[in-house]
Amino acid sequence: MKLALVTDLHANREAVEAVLGHAHAQGAQRFVFLGDYVGYGADPGWVVDTLRRYLDEGAIAVKGNHDAAAVQGAQPTMVADAREVVAWTHGQLDAEQLALLDRLPLSVRDGDCLYVHANAYAPTGWGYVTSRLDAVRSMHATDARLTFCGHVHEPLLFHLSGTGKVGDFTPVPGVPIPLSAQRQWLVIPGSAGQPRDGNPAACYASFDTVSGELTYHRVPYDHEAASAKVRAAGLPERIAQRLIDGH
Amino acid sequence: MDTEPGPAPRATRLAAGQVIDGFRLDEHLHQGGMANLWAVTRVGGDDPLPLIMKVPRIKGGEDPTSIVGFEVEQMILPSLSGPHVPKFVAKGDFTGQPFIVMERLAGDSLRKRFDDAPLPADEVARLGARIATALHDLHRQHVVHLDVKPSNIMFRADGTAVLVDFGLSRHDFLPDLLDEEFELPMGTGPYMSPEQVQFIRNDPRSDLFALGVLLYHLLSGERPFGAPTSVRGLRQRLYQDPLPPLAWRPDCPPWLQELVLRCLEVQPDLRHQSAAQLAFDLQNPAQVVLTERATRRTRSGRVQTLRRWFKALGAEPAERGNAAHQAARSPILLAAVDVANADPGLLEEVRDTVQRLLHTEPGARLACLTVMKVNRIGMDELVDKDGGSRHVGLLVQLKHWARPLLQELEATRPEQAGRVTFHVLEAPDAAGAIVDYARKNQVDHVVMGARSSGGLRRYLGSVSAEVVAQSDCTVTVVRSLLRPSP
Repeated sequence: MKLALVTDLHANREAVEAVLGHAHAQGAQRFVFLGDYVGYGADPGWVVDTLRRYLDEGAIAVKGNHDAAAVQGAQPTMVADAREVVAWTHGQLDAEQLALLDRLPLSVRDGDCLYVHANAYAPTGWGYVTSRLDAVRSMHATDARLTFCGHVHEPLLFHLSGTGKVGDFTPVPGVPIPLSAQRQWLVIPGSAGQPRDGNPAACYASFDTVSGELTYHRVPYDHEAASAKVRAAGLPERIAQRLIDGH
Repeated sequence: MDTEPGPAPRATRLAAGQVIDGFRLDEHLHQGGMANLWAVTRVGGDDPLPLIMKVPRIKGGEDPTSIVGFEVEQMILPSLSGPHVPKFVAKGDFTGQPFIVMERLAGDSLRKRFDDAPLPADEVARLGARIATALHDLHRQHVVHLDVKPSNIMFRADGTAVLVDFGLSRHDFLPDLLDEEFELPMGTGPYMSPEQVQFIRNDPRSDLFALGVLLYHLLSGERPFGAPTSVRGLRQRLYQDPLPPLAWRPDCPPWLQELVLRCLEVQPDLRHQSAAQLAFDLQNPAQVVLTERATRRTRSGRVQTLRRWFKALGAEPAERGNAAHQAARSPILLAAVDVANADPGLLEEVRDTVQRLLHTEPGARLACLTVMKVNRIGMDELVDKDGGSRHVGLLVQLKHWARPLLQELEATRPEQAGRVTFHVLEAPDAAGAIVDYARKNQVDHVVMGARSSGGLRRYLGSVSAEVVAQSDCTVTVVRSLLRPSP
């Protein structure tokens, strides 16, 4: 089965359309969404409706911190930019859309795969996996051979051998990586809706469960249009500019 | 996906006749330190190639070297293609019986030939050129082998070298599973490059060092750095240079010693910058620029060795880019120039184009070539005499044409020497000769002029069009903007 792993969509309709189109063209048979459907972007309603359509067709989806925040509404403890975005997003979503986000599970286990937004050791703590140490902590917390997570917007791959040696790797788009069966892997596909590695093209990954091959993808999309919509919605300028810079 | 990963099963004793994942074991061929090799056939299949199955030897179930090495090979071999690697067929992972099935190569590895060393110099050069050609193909596929040694080199019936065993290799675009695994340098003691001793695993020029060790051994019957087993012993090659091959055999051609000792340079920057450039030199002995290396008869004195030892103490090897990048940065350009017949304006434009390319590619080498047309059938003595002087005449013209390029490159300076070479080919068909030459020498880019006169082109046909159509590499055809007056 060919899985498409899409994460951190962040209400970016242009990016999500491009990624889903690319994945369908590549023959994806099942979609897995790793959270953060809303927040930052100008089209939260469209992205949640799209998610619902995919869920109806058998997709897997877990909840992200931005989804939890959108349901909850703005909190006084949030920093100003975040408070503004959360309040705006909350106002854009109807009760049904908010209920859908609220119902999403924090993690899903399917065979030897674990899907979770932030990490396996404390899914609601939203701790980032940015180092080998974090990755080991997450891989030790699960017996799943493969962990797929988002939260971190840069594409990354970690692996842990039977002897406890951990390695990390910055993937090259379009090159299939055979994930050997004798070690644990932690896969971060990178953000579809708000890439931050200096390249504005949308990220996602595909995984072939038969061949065991993982491929990271970069999909160019009309990020200038998406950025203009963020600006037009009156959201903070820094968020609009981020889509142009990819930072 | 559906099965939970269980404990890694022990490799059970295999026997002929047993079937593993649709492959029947026919004959146990070899037991190595890391793996067993079996001749196999696909049950009910008719594979066009004879097949071999490699099964890792797992000693006591806890042997990270053989397990990780096998994982690495399972990862890298399927990504490789072409005549210089065995064709990958199938693999099985450690949840069942781990194995790799690949094309079975006939004959023995180069290991057997080592019993006959020292070998004649021309045979050493021929073997070296073939192996370097294979390495260049591997590097272009983004892989550094990192375990080049006689037992990992096989040959096809036509002499093509084939590299086997990718258990220590590194792929530019795949995770390096070995990077973090071990606290000791990885490789085979006698062949390991100085930078490998210092844990650098991404420099394709490490393979040229190992090839240098191999050629040295074939040439002299001796190992340049012995067979050390300790890290201290391995580090010796960082400061102690080997006894020159001439010390072992006075008949060693100076050009071959020059090439072998250049492979064995401690600094990768002092070696050939790509395997193709080394293959080129091994096939064009007359063009090898000889330095002090060529005539050396003893190793450095104690003072110099001591100085190097101090330098090696604190030396941190520079991080390198990646295999394919290094190969691409060191291209071979071929300027095919019809010095005898082409329009002077066109010759100048071809030279200008070459000059621009050399500017943008500081690591490039330039081969200047012209074809001397000869009859299709063997020449009689009279023509031969005449041919000899024509040959020299063309070489003089070719060098004269390239003079401004040499000045620009300051090719007279020793570090630039050897960047430009000259070749007069004798052939009945210019296009065929250029294409063959480019292929044999792994040229990356051919630059040549186009016949400007429409009438002549119609009458004689276009050499450049034929080269463009038949070449494997990039071809730039330069056209003169100055129209000949009617």
